[in-house]
Amino acid sequence: MIDFLSQPWPWYAGGPLIALVLFTLFYFGKSFGVSSNLDHLCSIAGADKFSTYFKIDLKTKTWSLLFVAGIIIGGSIAHFYLSNQNAINLNPNTVEELANLGFANSGVEYLPSEIFSIDKLLTLKGFSILLGAGFLIGFGTRYAGGCTSGHAITGLSSLQFPSLIATIGFFIGGLVMTWFLIPILFNA
Amino acid sequence: MKNSKFLVFGILFGIILSKSEVVSWYRIYEMFKFQSFHMYGIIGSAVGLGIILIQLFKKEIIKDFWGNKITVKKKDSNFVRNLIGGTIFGLGWALAGCCPGPIFVLLGALLGAFVQGILRNKLP
Repeated sequence: MIDFLSQPWPWYAGGPLIALVLFTLFYFGKSFGVSSNLDHLCSIAGADKFSTYFKIDLKTKTWSLLFVAGIIIGGSIAHFYLSNQNAINLNPNTVEELANLGFANSGVEYLPSEIFSIDKLLTLKGFSILLGAGFLIGFGTRYAGGCTSGHAITGLSSLQFPSLIATIGFFIGGLVMTWFLIPILFNA
Repeated sequence: MKNSKFLVFGILFGIILSKSEVVSWYRIYEMFKFQSFHMYGIIGSAVGLGIILIQLFKKEIIKDFWGNKITVKKKDSNFVRNLIGGTIFGLGWALAGCCPGPIFVLLGALLGAFVQGILRNKLP
């Protein structure tokens, strides 16, 4: 059983299981969306002193913060106990393109060491890229009112027009970054 | 505590995101390069099933745990904010290769590696 679960899961397992998580949260009277927790964490850190936007009654958000704590624990469990290998079965074209951008050994691990490593983090460029990417994610998702879970999955599932617009935005930004900016940022 | 089940759901969600490789930077890059069906399959099947589920909620064929009607909160509608915010988010999503759910998964892996490093000498 553990061996079976330790293989990479195909899309037709991942997608329906995400829908199951959505179902479970709604069944217990909540909603599915991760990024609002960024607001809650800001509020815990004292951001309510800077803006009334962060005046959140955290007691009503306990469930959501526990959900996020669970995601962190689940990530650890999967990484340390449910993985017999970390290689990603990438399209050979992707591997070749990335090699031209200076990304060696694409797909051998979950994450490229060219971005996610202590060495890179200690350089100005590497630090700026990760901090910048995080900033864009945090600012963008809260400005748009949701992320992949809240807008692309819950919002599209409930046929909401604002979520369609936001999801189109996700792809405009993602395509611009992948096709135009990443080749500039990682010019080998 | 009545909220503790949400911790369990979170653990499951974290495992799902990790095992289906949604947390992999490479998978996101591949998606935006249209070189793999993987991510489209995940998001597409999640949304497809989500549409069916939410229709069943609306028709009250599925009710919540307490037997009440399940309603989905309306998202704030603001064209400029949805589009501009979405685009800014997309830039970050593609660069970091992860969205807010997977960020916490990676945090877990990082935390695990850190604890492992500290305890290494004390472990068998």
